[in-house]
Amino acid sequence: MAEPLPRFRAAYGSSPQHLVAMIACFTLTGWVALRIAEEATAGRMLLWFVGAAVAHDLILFPIYASADRVLRGALRRSGHAATDGQSPAAHHPLPRRAGHTPSRPSPLNHIRVPALATGLLFLVYLPGILRQGRETYLAATGQDQHPYLARWLAITATLFLVSGVWYLVRQIRWRRVDGSAR
Amino acid sequence: MGVTDRQTGFPQRWWRALERHPPPIPGLRGDRWRSPLRGPWLTAVYGAVLLVGLPLVIITGLLDYAAYGPQFDQALPREVGWLRLPPFDWPTRPSWLFRVTQGLHVTLGIVLIPVVLAKLWSVIPKLFIWPPARSLAQVLERLSLLLLVGGILFEIATGLLNIQYAYLFGFDFYTAHYFGAWVFIAAFVAHVMLKLPRLVSALRSRPALRDPRRSGQREPRRPELRTPLTATRPEPPDPDDLVATAPGAPTMSRRGAIALVGGLSLLLGALTIGQSLDGRWRRTALLLPRGREPGTGPNGFPINRTAAAAGIRPDEIGQRWRLTVRGGGRLVTLDRPRLLAMGQHTARLPIACVEGWSTRQTWSGVRLRDLAALVGVDDPASAQVRSLEKAGLFNQAILQANQVLDADSLLALRVNGADLSADHGFPARVIVAALPGVHCTKWVADITFRTGADG
Ligand code: HEM
Repeated sequence: MAEPLPRFRAAYGSSPQHLVAMIACFTLTGWVALRIAEEATAGRMLLWFVGAAVAHDLILFPIYASADRVLRGALRRSGHAATDGQSPAAHHPLPRRAGHTPSRPSPLNHIRVPALATGLLFLVYLPGILRQGRETYLAATGQDQHPYLARWLAITATLFLVSGVWYLVRQIRWRRVDGSAR
Repeated sequence: MGVTDRQTGFPQRWWRALERHPPPIPGLRGDRWRSPLRGPWLTAVYGAVLLVGLPLVIITGLLDYAAYGPQFDQALPREVGWLRLPPFDWPTRPSWLFRVTQGLHVTLGIVLIPVVLAKLWSVIPKLFIWPPARSLAQVLERLSLLLLVGGILFEIATGLLNIQYAYLFGFDFYTAHYFGAWVFIAAFVAHVMLKLPRLVSALRSRPALRDPRRSGQREPRRPELRTPLTATRPEPPDPDDLVATAPGAPTMSRRGAIALVGGLSLLLGALTIGQSLDGRWRRTALLLPRGREPGTGPNGFPINRTAAAAGIRPDEIGQRWRLTVRGGGRLVTLDRPRLLAMGQHTARLPIACVEGWSTRQTWSGVRLRDLAALVGVDDPASAQVRSLEKAGLFNQAILQANQVLDADSLLALRVNGADLSADHGFPARVIVAALPGVHCTKWVADITFRTGADG
């Protein structure tokens, strides 16, 4: 017969400490659940709790991941390198050094980064941008939510503009270096 | 201590059978993941930031509960059993205490959102892995991860909706955010206990800024933060299955990914911090309610509840208004001229809302302790302040002894040299250093000073 500890590990799949941590976590959660169960809105709270995880994993993540895939595909088709990096297949331990002409800058991150930023701003400040909770907003502040949509659009435009100008500068610099190398 | 091995627990036959029967969903085959950046090191970097930041958000959140004065049954939710910090009297000094704790809670909570999302991105392949578990230990850990992820996203969502006054969720914010916090805390502590050793070993697995190994031993490793895109390679295969089995070409370096997340955090921080600043800087909170001043002049700073919303009628706060002061079996009624004729004290104090915004103004009025003395109570145990407002969660508040006795604690009549406006609580409002704004009662109708004997 094996020792008790390795036997426990083999059967449970981890150490006793792991089990203790799990039991502690679920005990506390169970206590909270019992306490919450008395609330009339307990069901909604559970829905939002589980819904938050599900919405992230099965909606938000797939959306931004596919948007990124579409973007990369579109750039590739339009003849841009989707990346300034190198395929791991071409396995260089270190980058090629002097003498190597830098590759043409990819617009990928110049689109991706402002898009990500503006999407994040939209998610975080969504109530103002979409004018949710008008009544409570008015009661609390004495104001309306009028300016936010325009401000968000202006920030979005600024982000893309800065990113675009930066891309142009990189492109021009690359042309110069490339030209002088030829 | 975490479950990282592919070892199968008891009963082996069942777990193996599960493994052999994946549902026909394409994503469950591990080779679909392409990013060459995913791996234990990057996950550990994001994890380390959260390991430092989230405890601060947790503690400042629990301090917010303590600041409400739970000893008077006026912190929400009311019944929390032993799920709270040990009881203590919320101090009045430093006067910016609550401004900082709650400002930190909300601002840091928002600043960490990109890091939370990046951390989730870095481990998401594990969500779609088959088999989902190979042992009881893994089943339990996965359930605890649902609590961890659900918990943080729930706290972020309810918090964000609350500070923007959009109560779309249709349940009580306090109950949900408070108990949600405890579920998150439980899962977070368990997660850190299980993963901390892995986090440390993963951080050590690649040098960040310089290679600590003495030169000459082996080929020097390029520090991660000095590695450009062209030299970015996948991490070696790891026991946690984070590294892609068929990685694509990198489109961003690891340091680029870290800079991107850091940049997004800075952007959110820059668009949020303004609600805690005064002067020109307030306007930088472009997308938040408290980036805007409601007006100009002495009363032109943000409010939390308008007189109209509180149902305050003009005649109630006109000539007819009287303040009733009770204590030690005595009762005194005062009108506004009488109050103005008493010794006036001026204090420059911040008022900080539980929703994270704050502003510092110059208040003047009668000291609360002078009002207590008026009814012969020199040593109050507490004071109950009631508003004219009839409904509303915060139409009354109980102040601790230290809050009544502080030399800057006022029944304010004027602000910045002008009479209070109706929205700021005319004819009189309470202002106490470091007290949550919602307990600085507006449109005060009566104050009862209780001595120890009143209980
Ligand atoms: C890990 C994440 C978080 C945890 C553990 C947490 C925890 C807490 C706790 C324990 C409280 C006290 C609740 C009460 O007094 O009833 C609180 C209050 C609050 N939290 Fe959070 N919180 C988190 C994230 C956030 C975020 C991201 C935001 C907003 C953007 C936020 C906004 C608020 C607000 C506005 C309050 C004040 C509620 C009030 O007293 O009116 N929280 N938080």
